[in-house]
Amino acid sequence: MKSPPFEYARATSIEEACGLMHQHGDAAKLIAGGQSLVPMMAFRLLRPSWLIDINEIAALKFVTIEPDAVRMGACTRQCVVAHDDALAARLPLLRQALVFVGHTQTRNRGTVGGSLAHADPSAELPLVAQILEARLVLRANSGMRTLPAAEFFAGPMMTNLEPDECLEEIQWPIWRERKTGSAFTEISRRHGDFAMVAAAAQIAVDDDGRCMRATFGVGGAAPMPVAFPELAQSLIGHRLDKTKSRAVAQEAAAALEPDSDIHASAAYRRHLAGVLAARVLLHAYDTARSAP
Amino acid sequence: MSETLYSIAVEVNGTKRSGQVSARTSLVDWLREYLHLTGTHIGCEHGICGACSIMLDGEPVRSCLMYAVQADGHRIVTVEGLAQPDGRLSILQDSFCEAHGLQCGYCTPGMLIAAQALLDANPRPTEEQIRDAIAGNLCRCTGYQQIVDAIALAAERTAEGAT
Repeated sequence: MKSPPFEYARATSIEEACGLMHQHGDAAKLIAGGQSLVPMMAFRLLRPSWLIDINEIAALKFVTIEPDAVRMGACTRQCVVAHDDALAARLPLLRQALVFVGHTQTRNRGTVGGSLAHADPSAELPLVAQILEARLVLRANSGMRTLPAAEFFAGPMMTNLEPDECLEEIQWPIWRERKTGSAFTEISRRHGDFAMVAAAAQIAVDDDGRCMRATFGVGGAAPMPVAFPELAQSLIGHRLDKTKSRAVAQEAAAALEPDSDIHASAAYRRHLAGVLAARVLLHAYDTARSAP
Repeated sequence: MSETLYSIAVEVNGTKRSGQVSARTSLVDWLREYLHLTGTHIGCEHGICGACSIMLDGEPVRSCLMYAVQADGHRIVTVEGLAQPDGRLSILQDSFCEAHGLQCGYCTPGMLIAAQALLDANPRPTEEQIRDAIAGNLCRCTGYQQIVDAIALAAERTAEGAT
């Protein structure tokens, strides 16, 4: 279907975008890549009176690698992140996740900030943000604030962004541990579709192969992507094998209460969560162990 | 209610085109209805099928997921822009004929754009890379095999021509 009528404004700076959002409030939506927003408008699920286009704001498109974090403008295209070798060397999980995000044509247009702000519970980037404890820098006319991912996501397709706030920057922590590994996987009907269930993990080990730091989580099996910090903490000081990773993953899956829908039943989603979490834990661990 | 019209100027297949559009006019509708470039097809109109793929500033994107007003100041190539200047088919287009890379033809413009973008970036793709490049384009006739063959043939022919 065609989108309902709306008024359009192309913002040329972050300040201008914030000003327009302040002026129009709930009636306005920011449009970045539009890969989720435009279909929602075509289906008439959303009828904003105004679209504020942030695609032309150069200040929202950057990737800066700092010692402890990658800072990224919210309007950075997914394809740019996927192709950035220097970034992949420091934070491989982003590229590992982006392999599963849509297709070439959608990654060329889709943005990192757009995916986070859309907050689809089965989307890949929100899961990565959740398990890495990314920080999201939000700006409004009245000032700026930074939220950790856990406080940014509020439910399925819901965030704690105020109506006049713009997501400006994402800060992805880089682990300093030398032997760090990560993994991402998911099951979907067709490659590039939204995941029925996705899982991601990042683990750092010492020279004896004992976990020094660990995080993992599951997407598509709850209203938001879920990280399991207590279970991850229980891995510290241990070596990981199939049995251990399965046991921890099963505990994580048991804590989930997924919904049934046309794509998968709740029982199948919980089953997948256990299987996929075990896979990423072991894969991340093995990658960390074999790191030089 | 009368809708606001926005002036746009877009380079389409090397020519500057301008127009007045309502904000809700999708880019593919503008290309087809106003510029009469009907080579680009509308399939699902919500970003699933890939039939409406075009190049935006040299990169393939879905033209049903952009509003025409957003293309103001940008450069677009549609399937009409792939042929050689004298109107003869490009190597890729001819390879689709040669390898029977189409049946009903509905997905073909999107397939050609996706394939051309691949070959521009990677002149000697593997089969896996070809399949990944057209993963966002649905075809209900061919089972994809002949499309993959056609793209591989085009890569081969281009390499031969270059030596």
